[in-house]
Amino acid sequence: MTSDSTQLTEGLLHRQSRTSEAHDYLQAQSRWRWPEIVFWLATLLPFVVVPSYLVLAAQIAITALFALSLDLILGFCGIVSLGHAAFFGIGAYAAGLLSKGGFGEPLAGLAIAGLAAGVFGYATSFIIARFRHLALIMLTLGIALLLQEIANSASWLTGGSDGLQGVHTWPIFGRFRFDLYGYTAYTYSLALLFVVFLFARRLIHSPFGLALRGIRENAVRMPAIGASTRGHIRTVYTIAAAIAGIAGALLTQTTETVSLEVLSFQRSADVLVMLILGGTGRLYGGLIGAAVYMIARDQFSGLNPQYWYFWIGLILIAVVMLLPNGILGGLSLLVRRREKP
Amino acid sequence: MSEIALSVRGLCKSFGSLVVASDITLNVPAGARYALIGPNGAGKTTLINLITGMLRPNAGRIVLDGADITGLAPEQRARRGLVRTFQINALFPHLTALESVTLAVCERTRAVRTFWRKLSAYKHEIDEAYDILAALSLTAVCYRPTRELAYGQQRLLEIALAMAARPKVLLLDEPAAGVPREDSAELFKAIAGLSREITVLFIEHDMELVFRFASRVIVLVGGRVLVDGTPHEIASDPRVRSVYLGRAMGKVAHG
Amino acid sequence: MPAVFGVLFDGLAYGMLLFLLSVGLSVTLGMMNFVNLAHCSFAMLGGYVTVTLMNALGWPFLATLPVAFVAAAAASVVLERVFFRRFYRASDLEQCLLTIGVVFVSIAAAAYIYGTDQQPLQLPPYLRGSFVFAGLNFAAYRLFLIAVALVITIALIAGIETTRFGAKVRAAVNNQRMARGLGINVDMLFAITFALGSGLAGLGGALAVAMVGLDPSFAFTYLIYVLIVVSVGGLGSIAGSFAAAMVLGVSDMAGKYYVPAIGSVLIYLVMIVLLMWRPLGLFGRR
Repeated sequence: MTSDSTQLTEGLLHRQSRTSEAHDYLQAQSRWRWPEIVFWLATLLPFVVVPSYLVLAAQIAITALFALSLDLILGFCGIVSLGHAAFFGIGAYAAGLLSKGGFGEPLAGLAIAGLAAGVFGYATSFIIARFRHLALIMLTLGIALLLQEIANSASWLTGGSDGLQGVHTWPIFGRFRFDLYGYTAYTYSLALLFVVFLFARRLIHSPFGLALRGIRENAVRMPAIGASTRGHIRTVYTIAAAIAGIAGALLTQTTETVSLEVLSFQRSADVLVMLILGGTGRLYGGLIGAAVYMIARDQFSGLNPQYWYFWIGLILIAVVMLLPNGILGGLSLLVRRREKP
Repeated sequence: MSEIALSVRGLCKSFGSLVVASDITLNVPAGARYALIGPNGAGKTTLINLITGMLRPNAGRIVLDGADITGLAPEQRARRGLVRTFQINALFPHLTALESVTLAVCERTRAVRTFWRKLSAYKHEIDEAYDILAALSLTAVCYRPTRELAYGQQRLLEIALAMAARPKVLLLDEPAAGVPREDSAELFKAIAGLSREITVLFIEHDMELVFRFASRVIVLVGGRVLVDGTPHEIASDPRVRSVYLGRAMGKVAHG
Repeated sequence: MPAVFGVLFDGLAYGMLLFLLSVGLSVTLGMMNFVNLAHCSFAMLGGYVTVTLMNALGWPFLATLPVAFVAAAAASVVLERVFFRRFYRASDLEQCLLTIGVVFVSIAAAAYIYGTDQQPLQLPPYLRGSFVFAGLNFAAYRLFLIAVALVITIALIAGIETTRFGAKVRAAVNNQRMARGLGINVDMLFAITFALGSGLAGLGGALAVAMVGLDPSFAFTYLIYVLIVVSVGGLGSIAGSFAAAMVLGVSDMAGKYYVPAIGSVLIYLVMIVLLMWRPLGLFGRR
């Protein structure tokens, strides 16, 4: 071997070890961390520790799924939506109508609800992707309000303010009935949350997820590197809409009712508050925010609703002023401070 | 002998009564290094915005490699090889340098279309990103978020992002803007190292850069082409001198 | 006279009300880009001030109006000094959330103090009843509302076009950095404009009680309409707010009159279509 080729080989090996360092770094980004494992194990606790609260736990899981879908567009893509409940509501009514029409198979119901919400999300995404700032916020709000008004007027379909009657969910896999204690409901909701979470997690760590973050970080730079920003936004909006629809369907199936409030601005605002509380752009923020919010609301349910909103208002002000990245943001700041010497 | 890589014909743009580009025509041959100079407000960045599609012209055509791209969206032009950098850094603050360049590569190879495979599975894209960063001596800091990089390194990252798109025509908007003397050597080396297969049009106030790299200089004043010629011709042209208010042709301070 | 004129008249009155409620938000949004969703809380405050002064202290209706204006302006000054000014450079989302928090608190406070029922308001005799003209009923109060709003609109436009203060406001809305560079104290200008805009909202709230009622949910319900007016009209534009308020007021009344089944659908549809056509608003720039 001549010295030239030795140098060349050495150079290649050196470069290979450097690029494999890059591969390892990116690989490490998507590895499961121990707090995540702890979190998911903790979700099993209600079965053992507080079995009387399983109904609430199911509600939390469903709301967490809804918050997760909002995080995809808000936390990872920077789209502020004040009308995300539109998709939740479509999924809820789709599942309800399906079941009322005689077909109460839960998993199929979920799929169809997700599809319905996804199609609506895809259609509106063409509008959403073209606008920014105030116009975008108002359009998301307007579309949801419009849908709510239509649902209110079309009481022959939606049952109006009385809600949908005659919703009955068949047992899952033909075997597991929905019981009064919420055992089946929580297992069902939690399992679905986990599966969808895995999907969202993979999405975030994919090249597409990187592109979403690129849009969030600098939307102006994206076209300059050849990115089809609108196409990306349309895709993620559709996916988020479908997931929100699945969450809505879950609510219908586990509670066997649907009312107009699934489409309300209240619901859109609540999920936004939960996500901010937990911290955007971290996937777990929505889950934690939902848990904290709903447990607190349950504990204070004796309170007049006005007083509840008083405290939520104060908490919101406090979060924005003191913890702008939510609970998870604050935690990660603490961790970083302790790591620095 | 050389084909024209980028041709701009009769480009006009006005905002109401404010005319920012008036009948601009220029032809840049393949592989050439052209510089675009002019006083502040002459419309240089506006011209870049028009060429890249961020602004729609009122009249005129833009031809890239013989194909008319006047009606194409910015991302379509970038995919055809017309790539720009920004005068004020347009980077991704919380993404690491490696992630930023990998993103640009993935956009080019359309890897961004997949959301079911992990980023780390795209070995070729990551390798290419790493090589680009290595060529610009940024590998030591490539795992740090962009906002933590020194300003000079961020300017280099601007170029790295552009290189990831495999440009045929590269438009550099004041690449040395704000970079202190001591750090500009790396930048100069990067620009010198650009392959001759890439055609470069750069806006600059730094005359040293212009003299060192440009084979031809175009002077833009008030939205029109005043004159174009070799650097020496421009330096001794009395019209150009008077436009710069009689200042000696040295480094013009920008701010 | 065909019924459409009656609808137009009602729509005009409603539009004038929306204009008073919205103009302050449009100008402050255009000037400082500060998304103040608590704007209608000031309106609500004005309404409750009027109601309290009249029902608890026996004040005459007209006398309460300036107090409503001043109270809302004063409250806004306090909030601006204490909270809002730290968030002028924050993101849209943070501003939204901060001010939504204020809205929640204000709604809860109103419910605590006044309860959730509609507030009764007894208009003075000369503002009750209606005039009959060409076969249609024109409510006296709505005429009054239109008159007051027109006077204020003219005063606003005159103020902004002819006074030095108005010129500074226009400059700051157009280009804040340039205005600062010219030596204009933009922060002080904004504080005054914010107070004026909130005061107008308070006045609007006071006037709204007799037309649309008042309960704690006012701060939210009318926020949505105000946001629609501001986004459709264009940020920072008085003319834009006026035009948008008219279009939306008339659309809403027309929709409710001709096709009551669809309710507010028309107002939302109009907003969506107008925003898609002109995302920066009818009179918006940049």
